[in-house]
Amino acid sequence: MTQAAQIQEEANQLAHGNKPGNWKEYFSFSTDHKVIGIQYLVTTFFFYLIGGVLATLVRTELATPESDFVSREVYNSLFTVHATVMIFLWIVPGATGGFGNYLIPLMIGARDMAFPRLNALAFWIIPPTGLMLMSSFLVGAPGAGWTNYPPLSLVSPKAGEMIWILSILLLGTSSILAAVNFIVTIFKMRVPGMGLNQMPLFCWSMLATSFLALIATPVLAGAMILLSFDVLIGTAFFNPTGGGDPIIYQHLFWFYSHPAVYIMILPIFGMISEIVSVHSRKPIFGYKAIAYSSIAICGLGLIVWAHHMFTSGTPPWLRMFFMITTMVISVPTGIKIFSWLATLWGGKLDMSSALLFAMGFICLFVIGGISGVMTASVPFDIHVHDTYFVVAHLHYVLFGGSVFGLYGGFYHWFPKITGRMMSEAWGKAHFWLTFIGFNLAFMPMHKLGMEGMNRRVAEYDPKFATLNLICTIGAYLLAVSTIPFIVNATWSWLRGKPAGDNPWRALTLEWMTTSPPPVENFEADPVLATGPYDYGMGSRATEVDVPFSEADDPTLSAGPSSTLRAKPDPVVAANPSDRGDESYNRE
Amino acid sequence: MNIPSQITTLLAGILLTLISFWYGQNHNLLPVEASKNAASVDSLFNAMLTIGTGIFLLVAGILIYSAIKFRRDPDDTSDGPPVHGNIPLEILWTAIPAIIVLGISVYSFDVYMDENGMNPMDHMAHGKAQHQVAAQPGNAVAQLTGSPAFAATLVSQADPNQQQAESILKDPATNAVREDIPQRKDAPTLGTVSPRVGSSPEKTEKPAEVVISATGMQYAWLFTYPGTEVVAGELHVPLGRDVLINISANDVLHAFWVPEFRLKQDAVPGRQTEIRFTPTREGQYPLICAELCGAYHGAMKTIVVVEPQEAYDSWLQSQEVASAEVLDRAIAANPATMTDEEYLAPYAQDIGITAAALEQLHSHEGHS
Amino acid sequence: MTTLDPAKLERNHHQDDHHVASGHEDHPDYRLLGIIVFLVAEGMIFLGLFTAYFAFRTVAPTWPPEGTPKLELLLPGINTVILIGSSFVIHNADTAIKKNDVRGLRLWFGVTAAMGAVFLAGQLYEYFHLEFGLTKNIFASTFYVLTGFHGLHVCFGLILIMAVLWRSLKPNHYNSKDHFGVEAAEIYWHFVDVIWVILFLLLYII
Ligand code: HEA
Ligand code: HEA
Ligand code: CUA
Ligand SMILES: [Cu+2]
Repeated sequence: MTQAAQIQEEANQLAHGNKPGNWKEYFSFSTDHKVIGIQYLVTTFFFYLIGGVLATLVRTELATPESDFVSREVYNSLFTVHATVMIFLWIVPGATGGFGNYLIPLMIGARDMAFPRLNALAFWIIPPTGLMLMSSFLVGAPGAGWTNYPPLSLVSPKAGEMIWILSILLLGTSSILAAVNFIVTIFKMRVPGMGLNQMPLFCWSMLATSFLALIATPVLAGAMILLSFDVLIGTAFFNPTGGGDPIIYQHLFWFYSHPAVYIMILPIFGMISEIVSVHSRKPIFGYKAIAYSSIAICGLGLIVWAHHMFTSGTPPWLRMFFMITTMVISVPTGIKIFSWLATLWGGKLDMSSALLFAMGFICLFVIGGISGVMTASVPFDIHVHDTYFVVAHLHYVLFGGSVFGLYGGFYHWFPKITGRMMSEAWGKAHFWLTFIGFNLAFMPMHKLGMEGMNRRVAEYDPKFATLNLICTIGAYLLAVSTIPFIVNATWSWLRGKPAGDNPWRALTLEWMTTSPPPVENFEADPVLATGPYDYGMGSRATEVDVPFSEADDPTLSAGPSSTLRAKPDPVVAANPSDRGDESYNRE
Repeated sequence: MNIPSQITTLLAGILLTLISFWYGQNHNLLPVEASKNAASVDSLFNAMLTIGTGIFLLVAGILIYSAIKFRRDPDDTSDGPPVHGNIPLEILWTAIPAIIVLGISVYSFDVYMDENGMNPMDHMAHGKAQHQVAAQPGNAVAQLTGSPAFAATLVSQADPNQQQAESILKDPATNAVREDIPQRKDAPTLGTVSPRVGSSPEKTEKPAEVVISATGMQYAWLFTYPGTEVVAGELHVPLGRDVLINISANDVLHAFWVPEFRLKQDAVPGRQTEIRFTPTREGQYPLICAELCGAYHGAMKTIVVVEPQEAYDSWLQSQEVASAEVLDRAIAANPATMTDEEYLAPYAQDIGITAAALEQLHSHEGHS
Repeated sequence: MTTLDPAKLERNHHQDDHHVASGHEDHPDYRLLGIIVFLVAEGMIFLGLFTAYFAFRTVAPTWPPEGTPKLELLLPGINTVILIGSSFVIHNADTAIKKNDVRGLRLWFGVTAAMGAVFLAGQLYEYFHLEFGLTKNIFASTFYVLTGFHGLHVCFGLILIMAVLWRSLKPNHYNSKDHFGVEAAEIYWHFVDVIWVILFLLLYII
């Protein structure tokens, strides 16, 4: 029986190309999206380790009820910088910049992003900014929490505060530039015949993510501009003694930072869709539902921000509005979760490390999502707001969600990126250590929060000592758990088993070229002989073949198992010759 | 033995439901209930936990079952069945969560109303015009409408929030500890006087039986009892009475949190917020600052003592004398010119900062 | 083994009309779309600042706070007219270059640049003659931040226009087919203009 993967590969034989250049380009201002993607991945992973070390210090302080490991000021800086690094230097740039850059052009059959130099610029903002943020420890690091609420942020040491503000502004700029690039690339550079509904789901989720980043990030920049005036020049935007209002900062901040959590999870959702389908050898269940739910989450995500402010004194009707919109987000998210489960159901699961992490993701993200819905309920949030219950929620969605997903992505695309397989045994050890360590570290926090332990404290009531000790042990285990991954990745990159071009027998276009892909991605334009998820169609894929005479009929040829595609839409066609008179300018 | 799959599914479903219900009631995750509204918050949580457990078990069950049952043979390279979707199923799993979250929303709304968070007197009706009247009677509105008659009618229905905020500040003891905060009198859209979370509906229109002012400052709470001279570092409230706390902050954000009451309210400099509750259980409970307010945020803790009316009255009397002195000190000394240590010293005992902590504070003076 | 028709595959490879050697950066020019998308983000910054302005206004008991001198309307009014006018002027340049008229392009861009410069000068004049400073009160602060941030954008627009003028000196750098720079500068200038109108209404009129 012919399998879909075989069809797709045969159709794309011509697309394969030569091996790429040398390692030096990874340290240079390269405009190749693959190089930039790898630069992003490596840099952000490095920052993840730094953020993790800071977290380990936080947990060490919290191992005992007294404040005995670092001073209280330093403690505040530790968790502030921990969160800032994790969010702005690891998950956001890692998921969008890293995987997004590497995969989007390959998946849509393009040769590069729409604006390669802008792309490189967006990346190169990140390392210096990260180093600047770290250097703030020399001058008194920011310590007002990653939310940096005034008036506390206005009375903290100015140097650290300004470094924080500047870092956020720069990283925000980088993220906006990347978003512009993704939007244009996805809309304009798809291979002829790939309609929006033939895109791999990762592209859909990157589209939604980019819109969120484009719309929400500037508002944060606005807030930072006002805040920096308050800090530096002594205006009183957020300072009540001068007629300002600290609550307005909170609104501006959360208008960005709530969407930011979806910026951090939507790309992961996309990656999970790819991984689950490939590794269970089944078509993704409910393609359109998953695709459109990303868009729904993007829209809803913009109108729920005040659920972080239920105790700030927002008016009651606003709280009710935000409670309901927040809860409604569970519906599109649930659609995704259930669709993945249905994809797994009855499949042929290979239980590789990538799939393990994807399944771990589903399990842990659901816990985090449910605790999210609980905090969305106003009366309950009034009790648990600013407690360890929220800390538990945020780590379940951010670590159990985003980080597990990113790990899954690493295992899944590593063969494509390096041309070598990762070791499965080390991968499994990595998974189980992480899974156990994670739950040890964060599960008890739910109880801590509800019992009365507030967050952002260096010292706590001795009655919480036991649970905190368990959390700390879990955190150490988590730190240890990164070692198998680092060893595995390094060793496999150098010595791993050669992967071949399509080790998972996947159908999306990134697998239709050499591993690692040549600079031009595809030697010849790739074609879509099958849809992105037509597993199990076997030779049936050809049964619904389109007569050659009607190959250009979009209704006939754009189906999920189409062998030939419609004549490209002149407006979106990637090839100049297909664009006819519709060309924008030039040519 | 060969059991039909429908029956296994049914059994699994029943088991899942039973476990969820059992866990939803027996989680032992919450501290004791010490206020009237705590019970309803807890039943809300129990309901959510029941549903949450059910959903989690369902998802985790499917994952584990799939991992075991659908594991591929190592040498099987074929694909799974080409199922692309199933519309009725998809509608089902869109509709059910929608119904569930709607249910939770309605339930939460109910509990919130019970806490009287949604007091119609408070916010809904407040327009810009009234708000300006309050701030500058006559003047602003006359400008706005150009009609003195219209202005007059508006002035007569002056803002209850405003009145309340003013009456609090009329109390000399309260005023003294809040000297340096410019109270924003009224903010219709963003909410100055925060909703009265905590009181019960039948009391909506009634004034609270006991009114206390709480002021947060780095790193202590000061409680004043309007009508008396008492300024205390810990909160005493009479058992079973309807208590209203007016909360404000002198420097940065703080938050008033009593886990046993299930109530929390931020203290926002420049704003007047409030919280209303009826303590129902005698005892001492921690009163915690829940909003990051600086290095000693973790030490900003005191207790709330719920005691019978008589005990409360006699405590109030015994405090009257002692507090006057503390107050003198608080007013006489200008915090700006003092080190943190000196500033905190008078309250050190009340707020439970140990000598060691003060010592350490001293050693870090240089940093801030 | 497959039933794929080789002819079909061939057809889809664009073997003849696509040269792989042309490099990975080589593809149609989407810069204009990129700029439009980017302007959405720019618009959101201003929207955020406007919303903040509104919020401060709503929260404050009186607006502008007592003691704020009244704003003079004449100069900013003239400035507004100049800026709006410049939007029409710059459009002429676009029309000109579409007819391959480079001199027209230079003329109209020159006029636009002059108008922009006058606007900025007027803005600075106003700053120096206002009776309140940046930190006087919340109104003053929002006033300066909003107009200042907009002024920065006008500056940047001016730089763009000057750059186009400079490049237009090179023969045939811009022609009826290829004039991305001209279009970009124009779109940006319109954007700056629209923002000013909103800003003017917010700060001076209501
Ligand atoms: C990746 C990041 C991420 C994600 C995806 C989410 C997702 C959600 N979050 Fe979370 N959140 C954070 C990161 C994230 N959050 C962070 C960092 C904070 C703290 C910030 C700080 O203060 O420092 C926070 C804080 C936070 C709060 C404020 C708590 C407080 O401070 O008091 C609230 C309140 O409503 C909330 C709610 C939600 C909800 C409802 C979702 C929903 O999107 C979840 C939806 C998912 C599911 C519900 C599970 C799957 C669905 C099903 C299986 C269907 C069936 C389910 C039901 C019927 C319920 N979050
Ligand atoms: C993506 C986001 C993300 C991630 C991945 C993490 C990961 C972790 N977080 Fe974090 N956390 C946040 C986001 C995140 N966190 C946010 C937003 C907050 C709120 C901050 C605020 O209140 O302002 C927070 C707050 C927070 C707190 C609460 C602090 C407080 O309120 O007082 C705690 C406490 O336990 C904690 C712990 C941890 C731990 C143990 C990990 C672990 O998962 C980390 C695991 C460790 C590693 C992966 C490092 C391993 C490596 C080594 C140890 C050595 C190797 C070193 C080299 C080779 C250089 N975090
Ligand atoms: Cu006061 Cu924290
Ligand atoms: Cu949120």
